[in-house]
Amino acid sequence: MGSGPTFAQDADRSVSAMPEGLWGQPEVNVPDGGGTEQVRRVTVPATMVYDYTPGAAPTRFLRGLQEGRILGERAEGGTDVYVPSRGMDPVLGRATTESVEVGPKATITTFCVVHIGFGENAPPPPFVSALILPDGAAVSLYGTVLGIDHTEVRIGMRVRPVWKDPAERTTSFENITHWEPIDEPDVSAEELKGHM
Amino acid sequence: MRDVAIVSVAQSEHRRAVPELNEVEMVQPIIQGVLEQIGAGISEIDFTCSGSSDYLAGQAFSFVMTLDAVGAWPPIAESHVEMDGAWALYEAWLKIQAGHADTALVYGYSKASPGDLPRVLSRQLDPYYYGPLWPDSVALAGLQARSMLDAGAITEAEMAEIAHRSRTAAESNPHAQLKGSPPVEELLGAPYVSDPLRRHDCAPITDGAVAVVLAAGDRAREWSQRPAWIRGIDHRVDSHNFGARDITRAPSAGLAARRAGLGDGPVQVAELCAPFTHQEKILRNELGLGDEVVVNPSGGALSANPVMGAGLIRLGEVANRISAGEFDRGVAHATSGHLLQQNLITVLEGDS
Amino acid sequence: MNAERVAVVGIGQTKYASVRGDVSLPGLLREAAYRALEDARLTMDDIDAIVVGKAPDFFEGIMMPETYLAEALGAVGKPLFRVHTAGSVGGSTAIVAASHVESGVHERVLTIGWQQQSVSEAMWALSFPIPFQQQLVAGAGGYFAPFIREYIRRSGAPDDIGILVALKDRLNALKNPYAHLHEPEITYDSIKESFMLWEPIRYSETCPSSDGAIAMVLAGEQAAEASAAASGVRPAWVHGTAMRSEPATASGRDQVSPRAGIDCAADVYSQAGIVDPVAEIDMVEMYVPFSWYEPMWLENLGFAPEGEGWKMTEQGRTALDGDLPVNCSGGVLSTNPIGASGMIRFGEAAMQVRGQAGDHQIDGVETALGHAYGGAAQFFAMWVVGSEKP
Repeated sequence: MGSGPTFAQDADRSVSAMPEGLWGQPEVNVPDGGGTEQVRRVTVPATMVYDYTPGAAPTRFLRGLQEGRILGERAEGGTDVYVPSRGMDPVLGRATTESVEVGPKATITTFCVVHIGFGENAPPPPFVSALILPDGAAVSLYGTVLGIDHTEVRIGMRVRPVWKDPAERTTSFENITHWEPIDEPDVSAEELKGHM
Repeated sequence: MRDVAIVSVAQSEHRRAVPELNEVEMVQPIIQGVLEQIGAGISEIDFTCSGSSDYLAGQAFSFVMTLDAVGAWPPIAESHVEMDGAWALYEAWLKIQAGHADTALVYGYSKASPGDLPRVLSRQLDPYYYGPLWPDSVALAGLQARSMLDAGAITEAEMAEIAHRSRTAAESNPHAQLKGSPPVEELLGAPYVSDPLRRHDCAPITDGAVAVVLAAGDRAREWSQRPAWIRGIDHRVDSHNFGARDITRAPSAGLAARRAGLGDGPVQVAELCAPFTHQEKILRNELGLGDEVVVNPSGGALSANPVMGAGLIRLGEVANRISAGEFDRGVAHATSGHLLQQNLITVLEGDS
Repeated sequence: MNAERVAVVGIGQTKYASVRGDVSLPGLLREAAYRALEDARLTMDDIDAIVVGKAPDFFEGIMMPETYLAEALGAVGKPLFRVHTAGSVGGSTAIVAASHVESGVHERVLTIGWQQQSVSEAMWALSFPIPFQQQLVAGAGGYFAPFIREYIRRSGAPDDIGILVALKDRLNALKNPYAHLHEPEITYDSIKESFMLWEPIRYSETCPSSDGAIAMVLAGEQAAEASAAASGVRPAWVHGTAMRSEPATASGRDQVSPRAGIDCAADVYSQAGIVDPVAEIDMVEMYVPFSWYEPMWLENLGFAPEGEGWKMTEQGRTALDGDLPVNCSGGVLSTNPIGASGMIRFGEAAMQVRGQAGDHQIDGVETALGHAYGGAAQFFAMWVVGSEKP
């Protein structure tokens, strides 16, 4: 590429630094404007209000959660139970119409150990964020696994949901506060392929 | 160029808001419908392309979930544009021209109801000078209408006539959101929304979806008794510096029409994506459409305006009328950005 | 197939950095665009159409910014097209640009991919809370880390393969003046000791968040030959392009080795006449945002049998002096302006074919693969470029 371009100043981070500020807005480095006052940043607040609605299938799922049930759905002519259904069997491209209760017992299909928390609902790190396959479902839900040391969590481990008190339940995912191990033999990891 | 046609069209019964369904639930019946009409499954489609906007959905990567409606298993050749579905059709048309596909599914949709659409659209403006002023889409269109009125390019009565004609035409469109209109005199007595625009001058806000199937050559003849052949398609963009150009015009629309060969023969029908009454006049001027041309027999965007589908709907409406034998040659127009900044023109013909 | 031939005749990149505070968004894009045009010995006037791609509009806070950028991109009076296919978008955009030429509709197309991630908080733009949906309280790495764990379980790979990938890519980046991260002091131990974020992913095994843009000029046969004659640099001919998508959450889906990736590779190899990819492809630029995706994609792309991709990494076969160099540029692990990242892979593959890669050039590259993926490892885009006219 010819003699090569000249670069603006390099904003490299230091080696293996802690991720402090990594996901925030970094300082802006503006070259000297030659005596004129520098505009370092124009901040344009952009507040917009959206009123979301969940849609038909998620409404059925969330109402189930309020009742302490995990409701999946199946398309007409389909065999797979999707949970939470967004209204579709994505393999068939067809609407899910039949409600099928799944779980509450479930299996960890895979997981990671999170050492840095995101969001107000995150437990104190380190914690296990897992994909959890309720019995009878074809796909996994996300959940945190507590009540066990994170070094002892395994793929294939059996778990059950821990619910909020019925009086505190709303139509929300947060009704399941976390999942905890149960004393049942592990499921073979090979059986879990395709259901993560 | 390969012969490529629109062979199937399906769209929602458009509504102001579809709060009971999420996007994928809203879109799926339309996709299923457009394929069932020709007795095809997704396995017979070589390429799929859609158009939608994250800002309308208020959600990043919103199109990802909508893919669930297609049945993309086994995996499909698929793409997405952050534009009106008419541009998704353009991408699919290129793929077919290149020989990478013989058939394509194209869809566009918007569920604008969760947000405040005119305000959301203001986020499409230059972020340094226009954006911080938060001019909404209706206010901007008002500036354009004012320029036209001052230039003597249109009258408020003409604008009301366009609204009246469009919404009267929509009475025979089962998909239209707004049907029927008070007489022009009554419209002119209504208060201004954004002077000089009255309520009737503005498109409604719409949740809805549209899907079409494209096919080349013999496949098109197999799927349609009378395919609507794409004889020319082109799109162009104008400057975003509205203060530095004549906003009573849309040169890119005229340029695209010339490039698409609009003038190569007589035009019988035009579907113009004009979300504001005065914009129909601008487009008629740029495209050189005479009074003999039937304009917006569907009611146009003034009768239903799902933002990322409104342009593709225009293509579908012209195609349907050609396939039905109502017309032999027509033009469809789609637009993007404010004040008709970006325009796509398609010339469609039936076999004679 | 009746596609017209298409080749890359110009490539331009910006310097990538956490913050490019010295340029506006239009300035950033023009930096890349002008370098690409200069490389092709063309001017903006010679360009017939402009095809742009970027990831979510919330990153920069501008809805469909291409309309605002029309003048900065020299697009007024021309076709201007905007692609968005999640993380694969840079690759998809290059493919859509290629279609513009292959279709015979356009002769010279300018394509640009970018992201200015410093403008907003990237993590917010990617995942601000939407009611009624599952909240992943683990961040982006928390989405992919479980599948890496499953890969390690299935393959029995030693747990330091990810460290080897990160070390290789960051050292490669030192040879690429455009790369965002230049960490000359990096070592195996410094990566191993870096903060464990999403076990098994350490901080130094993750991609940075970058500002930057890449542009390419794609041309039809005659125009490509004219550019090559003027510049003295051979075109990178496009031998195949492919895209595949599958649903995010579907029964039977394997996120460790997605079928969409396997099918996409099979399609692009078939177009390029490649039967034995590891023997016939001279280098690969693949989309590796977390180190372990190198061995995972080596298998998904057919360079290694299932469960054995990590051996290629461990044996040094993917290093600059290996038999299948991967991410000579430093890859996504060293530079990640999301909407550009896929196109950088495509562009770096073309640079290798053209012999333009400078200190990270591999000798004698005749055929190279560019690879991008996005979403929940569900959207794939690939191209094969070569020195010979197809």
